[in-house]
Amino acid sequence: MKMKKREVRSFNGKLSGFSLQIIPFSEVRDLSINDRVRKILKLVLSNKIIILQGKLRAEEEIRLIEDTMAMVDHVKNFRGIELAVIEPDMSNPTFMQKFKRNLAKSLVGHSNSLTVIGPAAIVKEIKRDPSKIEVMLGNN
Amino acid sequence: MIRILKNISKRILGGLFKKRDNLKIGFYGPPNAGKTSLANIICKDWTGEEIGSVSDIPHETRKVQFKEKVEVKHKGKVLTFKMIDTPGIATKIDYEDFLKFGVNKKDAKKRAKEATQGIIESIKWLDDMDAVVIVLDSTQNPYSQVNITIVGNLVARKIPVLIVANKMDLRKAEIKKVEAAFPEYDVVGISAKKGENIEEFYESLFKLAKKI
Repeated sequence: MKMKKREVRSFNGKLSGFSLQIIPFSEVRDLSINDRVRKILKLVLSNKIIILQGKLRAEEEIRLIEDTMAMVDHVKNFRGIELAVIEPDMSNPTFMQKFKRNLAKSLVGHSNSLTVIGPAAIVKEIKRDPSKIEVMLGNN
Repeated sequence: MIRILKNISKRILGGLFKKRDNLKIGFYGPPNAGKTSLANIICKDWTGEEIGSVSDIPHETRKVQFKEKVEVKHKGKVLTFKMIDTPGIATKIDYEDFLKFGVNKKDAKKRAKEATQGIIESIKWLDDMDAVVIVLDSTQNPYSQVNITIVGNLVARKIPVLIVANKMDLRKAEIKKVEAAFPEYDVVGISAKKGENIEEFYESLFKLAKKI
């Protein structure tokens, strides 16, 4: 699902454009680790903020950081990414909550999580608390 | 995935034959959390010399640094290990951030380039660790994705973890928040700068070594 590119006026008065792309889990489910990371970085390099349904596995996240750093080294004006995952609070799950979560996980992966990834040039900071994410946009 | 499976099998087979004095303990964490400051305290206490330089400018450590055969003695027990101090892991590097610290543009760009390579090197070393001390700045939000990614990768590789909440001497320090963020792990609050709570850290380090 793509959202239309729009222009926003930032606090310092400068205009900046950004585009938000929502990726359903089904779009990345069958991709290899290389292809998932490549897909994400391709979108980020085209200045898109991604909201991914679900979450990356730990080894995919670290690969994303690794490949991002390689890109920072090679792509002019690319400074990296901001990344955050939000998950429902499951610190003390009941038996039924655990059962439902495991069932959903086996069917569609971590689909009740959301991952936000954006280029550091647009996403200044993602403040993450256990239950909420605040995405701060700005001109760097 | 293959890398993780290889690491787990290496750990199982290696564990059967490994001598306890060949342990590799890594110091990981975000930039400017105090990894090298803590590593310096340990190295100075037990080898007489420091492992690396420290600075207020982020990404001071841009290459993995080693200290072979660090022998720590605590309450009649001895722990010998190879210390690996790693560059801080981050998702972004902007040379302009270094300009704010008075670094000139040319050096800031060089520092940024070296920092990106240092992060890649830190990540590559993850597979080789027997145990990891994650050093966090207790004045910062512990829920940052970098912290969670580091912990998640160590769990996936079945590498034991100790979390150090550094800078406890500062007014903004929130050790409880770090504990709440990582309830399944031992968290020890210290001040590497002032040398506070280091005995408790050594106690936790020995507990960590037992989990290997």
